[in-house]
Amino acid sequence: MLSIRNLHAAIDGKEILKGLNLEVKAGEIHAIMGPNGSGKSTLASVLAGREEYEVTDGEVIYNGTDLLELSPEDRAREGIFLAFQYPVEIPGVSTTNFLKTAVNEVRKYRGQEPLDAVQFLTRMKEKMKLVNIDQALLSRSLNEGFSGGEKKRNEIFQLAMLEPKLAILDETDSGLDIDALRIVAEGVNKLRTRDNAVVLVTHYQRLLDYIVPDFVHVLYKGRIVKSGTKELALQLEEKGYDWIKEEVSA
Amino acid sequence: MTTTSTMDKADFKSKLLTHFDTFQRGAAQDNSPRTLSALQQDAFQHFRTLDLPTTRHEEWKYTNLRNLLQNDFSFATAREASALSAAELAPHLMEHGDANVLVFVNGFYRRDLSNLVSPVEELHVENIGQAREKYTEAIDKYFARVADYQKDVFTAMNTAISDNGAFIFVPANKVLQKPVYLYFITDATRGNVVSQPRNLYVLGRNSQATFVESFRTAGEYIGFTNVVTEVVTQENAVAEYYKIQNETANAHHIGTTQALQGRDSKFSSTTISLSGSLIRNNLNIVIDAENCESNLYGLYVLNGKTHVDNHTLVDHARPHSYSNELYKGILDGKSTGVFNGKIMVRPDAQKTNAFQTNRNIVLSPEAAMNTKPQLEIFADDVKCSHGATTGQLDEEMLFYLRSRGIGQKAAKALLMQAFAGDVLNHIRLEPVRNYVENVIQNRFHTNA
Ligand SMILES: Nc1ncnc2c1ncn2[C@@H]1O[C@H](COP(=O)(O)OP(=O)(O)OP(=O)(O)O)[C@@H](O)[C@H]1O
Ligand SMILES: [Mg+2]
Repeated sequence: MLSIRNLHAAIDGKEILKGLNLEVKAGEIHAIMGPNGSGKSTLASVLAGREEYEVTDGEVIYNGTDLLELSPEDRAREGIFLAFQYPVEIPGVSTTNFLKTAVNEVRKYRGQEPLDAVQFLTRMKEKMKLVNIDQALLSRSLNEGFSGGEKKRNEIFQLAMLEPKLAILDETDSGLDIDALRIVAEGVNKLRTRDNAVVLVTHYQRLLDYIVPDFVHVLYKGRIVKSGTKELALQLEEKGYDWIKEEVSA
Repeated sequence: MTTTSTMDKADFKSKLLTHFDTFQRGAAQDNSPRTLSALQQDAFQHFRTLDLPTTRHEEWKYTNLRNLLQNDFSFATAREASALSAAELAPHLMEHGDANVLVFVNGFYRRDLSNLVSPVEELHVENIGQAREKYTEAIDKYFARVADYQKDVFTAMNTAISDNGAFIFVPANKVLQKPVYLYFITDATRGNVVSQPRNLYVLGRNSQATFVESFRTAGEYIGFTNVVTEVVTQENAVAEYYKIQNETANAHHIGTTQALQGRDSKFSSTTISLSGSLIRNNLNIVIDAENCESNLYGLYVLNGKTHVDNHTLVDHARPHSYSNELYKGILDGKSTGVFNGKIMVRPDAQKTNAFQTNRNIVLSPEAAMNTKPQLEIFADDVKCSHGATTGQLDEEMLFYLRSRGIGQKAAKALLMQAFAGDVLNHIRLEPVRNYVENVIQNRFHTNA
């Protein structure tokens, strides 16, 4: 589904990703871990199409097409979803209002009829239950004055509404209490099918108790320096990153 | 350059002076009850001595009138210049439903196109030139007393020449159930036209009313509207006032709205500018009584070469009043905007709360905004604040929306709608809100 080869990316002239390789197949869950500042969010941003990042080398093939050629909106319409590490607040735009536009623009792109008000509401209700989010919250200005947990839950709610093929969750678990974490994880698990894939960026093994990954990667200094299975996450939890850093510099 | 512009100004003025002579002679002949003439004479003297402003004039620094004043206007023919029919008027109307409608074409009242639905206990309407006979006290007390023709040349010009426009009186203790929509159409289909409506709305003690002034220009020639509206809210009255401009690229507009508030009264004004060549809105509120509330909302959504200049003044002269001002603008193309907001708190006006905000989004590198807040505070026990920002659409917000599959144009439109929403949400009249929302939505979806 996604194949990243030798990806180099820079921001403001500073190279952050330095030859990153990653293969993700349909139905798989990948966890990406790594110390602060190693480039995890940069990778997520490049995949979502943030224009400040300049790709200086390498390629990203998504379902047979050159992802880097697509605008951010077309990537979303092709099924890529990024749950932001720091979701922005947008005063005056409610989640309900903008999601309706989003869902229907995606449908239009795929040649589907737009959802009418009733259909949209039905879908909303169903997904609201899934992530245990309140109608009142969705009617308010997007993320404005939301708690950290509410923002993250809103990201997962949007994911549920848009039903992407490839979901990239950038630290969606950070700052969540255990109940909120469980809700988010359950939401993600329920949305899993054989056709979609999930990339989880996280610092905490805790999340991986709930969403069990097929692969765990360590991103360090702009590269994936180690890959393994879920046992690798347990090792990292126990020993930290020093041994990996040593391996790399050795 | 200077010589040409002086020539233009001299031309404009000399034509007007000639016109005034004719106007005066005509008045003497047709024997109409022209009891305003002493005042008009005085205003005329002021018009004669006051200079037409240039950009050297502090209050006109960013608004250049040269293009306006160089046009060849015929002042005498405004009335004859239009035969606007009901069918031709229709596209200029909002879907106002069951409301009082007054139509003025080139400044002159068109009874045939107007319609009053409120009972006479609630609403009195006269042409301003004939109002004195029946409403002597109100006219003597307020007409041309609220708007200062001694200092403002355009107010002087309007006061001297015009005796057409709406005099509206809402009797004490009455709530005017249905709003009054006033359509001021400048019909420039047959030539350049100046129209100079003059309005006075008096809200009696404890009364309540809503007014919508809509300015439109028809035709391809140059239109110049020089309007003055005076609004008086007597004790405990509540006035809601809307001024909506959606004109042609050849339309020029200089307008002064002057409000005088009595004790415990409330005045809310919303000024929306959508298109035109040059628009200057002066809004002056004098709070010369205690416990008043004033709200000033403004929105300008501009493209092309439109220039909009909002000059506001809130003059707190007595204690315990509250004023709140919010003006927002979106500027695209080569449009330019000016916001000059002055808050005056006089020594007597203790316990005043006065707030002012001006926010702008500039979408194109060729558009520009000039903002100048002026706070002059002479009392010590007051709460006042002002803030102004001018910037671009937020890239982070834009990316967020796009990352959900919303196209760039639609994402921008959403953000601009949200930005404008702060002002639009204060419009309580649905037909007005819908009208404005439609205009700007179309704009956002085609131009963004
Ligand atoms: N505009 C910028 N200019 C220069 N450097 C930047 C810029 N934005 C980010 N960086 C740097 O890029 C590096 C990678 O940042 P990134 O956000 O991808 O890290 P991360 O792995 O997600 O870290 P965290 O775990 O803290 O979220 C950091 O060193 C950061 O300081
Ligand atoms: Mg990060």
